[in-house]
Amino acid sequence: MTQATTLAQDAEQGTSTAAKLEIDVASPSQIFRWKFMRHRLAVVSLIFLAAMYVMATFAEFVAPYNPYAIESSLVLAPPQPVHFIDSSGAFQARPFVYALKKSIDVNTGRITYYEDVTKPLPLGLFVQGDPYEFLGFIPWDVHLFGTQSGEVYSPLGKDQLGRDLFSRIVFGGRISLTLGFIGVFVGFFSGLILGGIAGLRGGWFDFILIRITEVLTSIPTLPIWLALAVALPQDWTVLQTYLAVTIILALFGVVSGASRTVRGKFMSLKEEGYVQAAVLDGAGTGRIIRRYLFPNFFSYQIADLTLAIPGMILAETALSFLGLGLQPPAISWGVLLQDCRAVRVLDTAPWLFIPAVFVVVVILAFNFIGDGLRDAADPYSRV
Amino acid sequence: MGRHIVRRLAAMIPVLFMISVLTFVVIQLPPGDFVDSYVKQQRAAQVKISPQEEASLRARYGVDEPLPTQYFRWMGGILHGDLGYSLALDQPVNEIVKSRLPYTVTIGVLSTLLLYAIAIPIGILSATRQYSKADYFFSVFGFLAMGVPDFILAVLFLWGFYKLTGDITVGLMDPQYVSEPFSLAKGANIISHLWFPALIAASTGTAATIRLLRANLLDELGKPYVTVALAKGVPRRRVIYKYPARMSMNPFIVSAAGLLAALVSGEVILSITLGLPTLAPIFLQSLKNQDSELAGSIVLILSALTVIGILLSDILLAVVDPRIRGSV
Repeated sequence: MTQATTLAQDAEQGTSTAAKLEIDVASPSQIFRWKFMRHRLAVVSLIFLAAMYVMATFAEFVAPYNPYAIESSLVLAPPQPVHFIDSSGAFQARPFVYALKKSIDVNTGRITYYEDVTKPLPLGLFVQGDPYEFLGFIPWDVHLFGTQSGEVYSPLGKDQLGRDLFSRIVFGGRISLTLGFIGVFVGFFSGLILGGIAGLRGGWFDFILIRITEVLTSIPTLPIWLALAVALPQDWTVLQTYLAVTIILALFGVVSGASRTVRGKFMSLKEEGYVQAAVLDGAGTGRIIRRYLFPNFFSYQIADLTLAIPGMILAETALSFLGLGLQPPAISWGVLLQDCRAVRVLDTAPWLFIPAVFVVVVILAFNFIGDGLRDAADPYSRV
Repeated sequence: MGRHIVRRLAAMIPVLFMISVLTFVVIQLPPGDFVDSYVKQQRAAQVKISPQEEASLRARYGVDEPLPTQYFRWMGGILHGDLGYSLALDQPVNEIVKSRLPYTVTIGVLSTLLLYAIAIPIGILSATRQYSKADYFFSVFGFLAMGVPDFILAVLFLWGFYKLTGDITVGLMDPQYVSEPFSLAKGANIISHLWFPALIAASTGTAATIRLLRANLLDELGKPYVTVALAKGVPRRRVIYKYPARMSMNPFIVSAAGLLAALVSGEVILSITLGLPTLAPIFLQSLKNQDSELAGSIVLILSALTVIGILLSDILLAVVDPRIRGSV
């Protein structure tokens, strides 16, 4: 008994010493990874977002229907719940949905849908459906899921024209998920360079940059976005409008914000004793930035970057929601949310609000990842 | 200190000038002008407008004059306190602004106050009790508030409002106050209607501020001087409030400019969604009509409000951080 305990203690101590040794010799990037992996919510978010991006990439395959296909007999049909227990109370291993039947109130003209329990539709993976071009060039007709019989199944309901909401959300992810990434990278790196120069050199460059960013940050961005979005030519293609919206959002949101914060951080850091010491030691500007300044505000910069991506996604959604920026036939989550502006429609078909859930969850995921990165990059936090 | 404020005030003038040029140019960017969109609207409504009439409209409104001429005419008026004329609403801009600006300012001030009152105590609490239950609770809460865009909150609010009252417009005050002159009771009634929209407008900024404050304070609390002060027996509360809390406000006040602008943006989208009679809905309309003097004046007013906010935050920064006070 006693022997066993000591053995166990020994083993425990052995591993902890080994772990300690491992930490002592680990490279900064390894430590960074370990710390990040410990932030469970961030790891889950990372996996979730990766799945979302895969979904958007293979939208044609994941979406059960063409996002423009109109099913006029199923306008504003509700989501069909998945069942495992059939009408006789028996458990079915293969999940199924019921076909929808509708009744029309003669007096009000209002359509109500209900499940037709006599018509169960078994679901399947990799079922045949609408033909499409996989990755844009391989003709195919297999979809990730659907009814085996090929009957209509809308997991998240239909919109006002009878288009499949889930398919539209999947395709909308293509615009909504990429726009933030591109905009933030372009905007942030320009901001980093501008703010870095201004913070280190000071003088006239700093003065002018600060005045300009002051103008840009002191204009509340939304009115300017609205003004520029109104100015976008109506006859532009979806791609042109998409790029224009990205640049507008990045220019007025990210660049000025990033250069201002980077400048502030550089200015305060360069007064620190160890930076002064390095300067007196004759270290070059490049070395000072890389070795002494950059690692010091890395955590700050990461927090900033991850805050900026959801900010861009939000901005696109808000702009499209107001009916500016991206317009139908373009599909983005903001465009889908335009349907929610009419409260009465929303009240009869609450599932039209589901795109908002996607927006919120994606934004949350970006924030969690940012938080995990921030903790991982913090040199003062322990492994 | 006095010199610092004077310098900042002087620096404001070119900023406002650049904003006014920028907005005027942006508004004139779309092809066509107000008369074009007016004629198009009238034709759509089956009203016949002869080319002569169109020409006389053009001459009267001066839309064919070169851009600089139009700009300086508008600017000259502004310097005399005249914001110009709204062609679409056929009303002086001053009148429109006078009836709507108070509500914009009320929502703005209310949301700023709510933001600071909520964010600062929670930020300090979260950082000083890192990984405590309260920290987790407020982190989740803050993340949610940051993740849910204000227009989605506004839609949810409107939806709930519709469910409860069957009404689809959120009023600013109870009906009996509408035609009454301003009184304390009326003001209180307006605030009781507006505090929730103001909270929605402030939600994103509040969450961002909590996060920023927590991150900054955590960085600051890890520094050796804090350890030394604690080791020497200075009470924990005093250590935190005397230095790290103030230090962590520094980048926070710098970004106050962005927060203020975000508040105004939040107010714009909120008012449009809820149909509140602030400057925002009319601004969207004026952009679509190319009613440039009205749209330009509104951007200028909103920007001026933000610039004044930035100035206040700069002064605050100098008060909090003696190093900055010395260097300027």
